[in-house]
Amino acid sequence: MYDGGKIIAGIIIGLLLLTFPIWYGLGRAAPKPDVKVPVKEKECVEPKAYMKNYHMQLLDLWRDSTVRVAKRSFIAFNGKKYEMSLQKTCMSADCHARKTEFCDQCHNYTGVVPYCWDCHIPPKEEPKRKPEEKH
Amino acid sequence: MAVNRRKFLKIGGASILAFGAKPAADALGISPTEWLDEKLGGFTIPETLLHLFRKPAGSVAGEALTAKRWAMVVNVRALDEEIAEACKEACHRVHNVPEIDNPKHEIKWIWQEEYEHVFPGQQHEHVDEALKKLPFLVMCNHCFNPPCCRVCPTKATFKRKKDGIVLMDMHRCIGCRFCMAACPFGARSFNWIIPWPRAGAEEERRFKGKEPPTPDYPTRAKGVVEKCNFCAERLAKGQIPACVEVSQELCKKKGREPALVFGDLEDPDSEVRQLLRLHYTIRRKPELGSHPNVYYIV
Amino acid sequence: MLEKAFVGGRKYWLLIACLLGVIGVGFIMWLWQFRVGLGITGMSRDVSWGFYIGQFTYLVGVAAAGVMVVLPYYLHHYKAFGRITILAEFMAIGAVSMCLLFILVDLGNPVRMINVLLHPTPRSVLFWDMIVLNGYLFLNIFVGWNVLSAERKGSPPPGWIKPFIYLSIPWAISIHTVTAYLYAGLPGRGFWLTAIMAPRFLSSAFCAGPAILILLCLIVRKTTKFDPGKEQIRTLGSIVTYALVLNVFFFLCELFTVFYSQIPGHMHHFHYLFFGHEGHVVKLVPLMWLAFACMTAAIVLLVIPVTRRNEGILTVACVLTVVGTWIDKGFGLVVGGFVPNPLERITDYWPTVPETLIALGVWATGFLIISLLYKVATSVKVEVGAGQA
Repeated sequence: MYDGGKIIAGIIIGLLLLTFPIWYGLGRAAPKPDVKVPVKEKECVEPKAYMKNYHMQLLDLWRDSTVRVAKRSFIAFNGKKYEMSLQKTCMSADCHARKTEFCDQCHNYTGVVPYCWDCHIPPKEEPKRKPEEKH
Repeated sequence: MAVNRRKFLKIGGASILAFGAKPAADALGISPTEWLDEKLGGFTIPETLLHLFRKPAGSVAGEALTAKRWAMVVNVRALDEEIAEACKEACHRVHNVPEIDNPKHEIKWIWQEEYEHVFPGQQHEHVDEALKKLPFLVMCNHCFNPPCCRVCPTKATFKRKKDGIVLMDMHRCIGCRFCMAACPFGARSFNWIIPWPRAGAEEERRFKGKEPPTPDYPTRAKGVVEKCNFCAERLAKGQIPACVEVSQELCKKKGREPALVFGDLEDPDSEVRQLLRLHYTIRRKPELGSHPNVYYIV
Repeated sequence: MLEKAFVGGRKYWLLIACLLGVIGVGFIMWLWQFRVGLGITGMSRDVSWGFYIGQFTYLVGVAAAGVMVVLPYYLHHYKAFGRITILAEFMAIGAVSMCLLFILVDLGNPVRMINVLLHPTPRSVLFWDMIVLNGYLFLNIFVGWNVLSAERKGSPPPGWIKPFIYLSIPWAISIHTVTAYLYAGLPGRGFWLTAIMAPRFLSSAFCAGPAILILLCLIVRKTTKFDPGKEQIRTLGSIVTYALVLNVFFFLCELFTVFYSQIPGHMHHFHYLFFGHEGHVVKLVPLMWLAFACMTAAIVLLVIPVTRRNEGILTVACVLTVVGTWIDKGFGLVVGGFVPNPLERITDYWPTVPETLIALGVWATGFLIISLLYKVATSVKVEVGAGQA
């Protein structure tokens, strides 16, 4: 084999680079997502399983529909009518009012950085009050 | 039998129609071209969405203001600096248009201009001094034949078929700025820098002395083009555009005719049409054939 | 064949290292621009395209100019150009790559670039520009590589490559025509709203491109064992002459229409470019005069047969041609179209340092591509014994 040493060294360096994410993250697993579901509202606009897998497609449809064709209301699977609005519906006070306790949980865990929040303003979250301050 | 042959045929025929291209598109509220765009695009609607799309996604009935073709009349004689400034402020506040000091990076949806700049070529040395000093309000003309929409490579800017408003889809804009070159009215602004700080710890510090954005309307990210949207989001809630509302209040207070009037150009009884009948009106650069929907009473 | 690009002397590697260095600086600057926005450039609300799009426009011309060698060789069987078709095609590859990169660095949202494919919009000229540019890149890589491979094996190029070669001829014209249409179809921009825009683009392309090719040929002759040939360079010189005269003639046609008709919206832009604005001279004014001085001087040197045939003087004329057309098209054309703005207000434009560094980075990338490809081409030529003319 010509230049055998160089080739083997090259393969080793290549493998190290390729597997970088694996050994870089070793032993530093991110904490499991702790998603807080709304207390008041029992049902979402689609069944939970669907939302889990396809919420991004749903939001994509919502935004295209409102922005491009001015259709702003949505008949949910349970027949209820909702306004198609990320801020006013999804993140209303009764639903996912806290971005950090809902959206961010999974997105941070999976390393997904959606650019929704570059423009849309999530509801203000007061820092959680400690029990002693309640009195 | 509840369903006789005739009825069966009727229903069948209706269903065929209903699932044909145009009626189906109408039922969904998207125009045939949009429907076709999406079909041809193939990628635009993921497979998983198709079942969702069959659900009626209707507008909030009875609430929204609708028209066949929205238009605005600017009565310049009823304007003054104060009203013009109030219009600009109201618009920029409800739409989170940032205040940027560097004029090169400026973003404006509606602003004051002098006569000679609004109607270049119309000025001459003997033009009425009063006219020269009047604060003309300029904004996107929502052209009937918009050059900006013609050039956009992604349909990020488009004319809404149902009411003629020229809109921006900030989610889709790639920031090529072709529309800015195409617009003959300089109505478009580009986000050269990050216009608002992102939500986070730094927020408080950076907003010191400046009003933070209102949560009712999204802000923008860097690298997209924006412009006046005839308050499409307010029309959906049954409100007239912010600038029109503010100017009419102020004009009422000052005992003048309304300076800005908004209405349906296709409706012969609308306020806009009445004004067009009563007054001689001009539009900006009519020779370019873009057919602006903003008229000026001078 | 690619392995030939990785064998070279000290000077070759020094060149590659220098280019990589410039690319690195440009890339870092681009990362910064990506982070904070296009605000780091000199562009503004009024002058919304600048240096990047100017370079893009200029280089589309350089790319299209490859056809000035391909056409005589394949359509008119002008044998002499057989020696340098590969150089013309490889120059086109480098130029088109730069074009695409300049578009990329000019986008406000490069990550969404794919939207052009996800929402194809045939009514937009930019959509067609994307198609013709990528198509031209493909055609040149495909044709150039196959023809060179065949030459290396000592066999004529395969028959099935012919249709692609013939297609590349009108395609080259199309890339610059479509690029001209980006400008010429916009209402309210008097400077660009002219039917002669595409012919002007083509004429400036067909003088600038071959002029650059002559310079590249001279460099190749000096630094490699392959000589592109005296006759070849001389014929290219004639092409430059014709195209440059046409280019200036078209410009004069433009001046006549604009200034004899006296339509303000069309005159203002020329006034701004050549005289400044209301007494205040903008930085661009001397540059524009320089551009036309260069072109005029080049015409004089090129039209006289004795000076044109002298390779030393020809080199000077080529440099003048490149500088003149570059200022005119890579700078004046874009800025002149935007100033005065549609409201007849003046906003000056001048590129910033980071903007210039990014542009230099893109240029260096193009030259890197050309250097590597030329290394391959000249090595193959020498290998098959076509070294000396």
